[in-house]
Amino acid sequence: MHRVPVLKIGDLLLVSIQVDMEDQTALALQQDLSDRIVQSGCHGVIIDITAMDIVDSFVGRMLSTIAAIARVLDAETVVVGMRPAVAITLVELGLSLNGIRTALNVERGMELLARSRQDDADHVRGSDSDTAWMLALGPDPDHPTATAS
Amino acid sequence: MTGRPDLSTPQVVTINSDADVVRVRQLVRTAAVAVSLSLVDQTKLVTAASELARNTLVYGGGGGAEVGVVDSGRRKGIRIVFSDEGPGIANLELALTDGYTSGGGLGLGLGGARRLVDEFEVQTGTGQGTRVTITKWARSM
Repeated sequence: MHRVPVLKIGDLLLVSIQVDMEDQTALALQQDLSDRIVQSGCHGVIIDITAMDIVDSFVGRMLSTIAAIARVLDAETVVVGMRPAVAITLVELGLSLNGIRTALNVERGMELLARSRQDDADHVRGSDSDTAWMLALGPDPDHPTATAS
Repeated sequence: MTGRPDLSTPQVVTINSDADVVRVRQLVRTAAVAVSLSLVDQTKLVTAASELARNTLVYGGGGGAEVGVVDSGRRKGIRIVFSDEGPGIANLELALTDGYTSGGGLGLGLGGARRLVDEFEVQTGTGQGTRVTITKWARSM
């Protein structure tokens, strides 16, 4: 069985699906990607489907499942590169790709992930005054190892 | 696959594994290109074939797909017959409803496939196996 490679680029994992996947390959990818998210601590996953000439309900469900698993593991997924004919077919098939963010290409997907990571960070700083206070003071006094020289 | 399959007579693919589902998709793609279906229509037909081939494998316990060219005189098209000797579908109306599934899928296979093609016919019954015939016509020039 073919395995789809998962590449780490900075804080992102990139998966580019280049083969007509057997169902088992799709399931293996789900597992591999979950492992890599935990292993790497990456917060973003980009799945490039530029080379896929169809997305049927099985693959659509795999994409939704990957996005859901990634979210639980504190990573966000963006699917990029969907062909127009695939988009038309998906909608007619009745597949809504629940919970999946999309972008036109890898570059825009990376921008989207960077932006949403930034929004999250701003949100944490803005909403939690204790955190803001700690950030202003520098190292956390409750964790002396952080200051040990 | 070796070379271009001859489609003057229908080609039969046995469906007994995941890899066979991939082979069905590839054969249908080649056939769709051969009769000049538009790119969107090729995509719809291959997607429908993928759904039905998986149904044949998962629900029918395996079977086959027969892919052939049809000619109405005015235009050409692709006709695919999926058949299995499985348990059959007891309630076809229900099985065609979006969201209904007996096998842990999304329940879009049968109803979704019907929406993607021009003609769709199912012969089935409890204990009689299932035979699904789909046709997609090339838009007239």
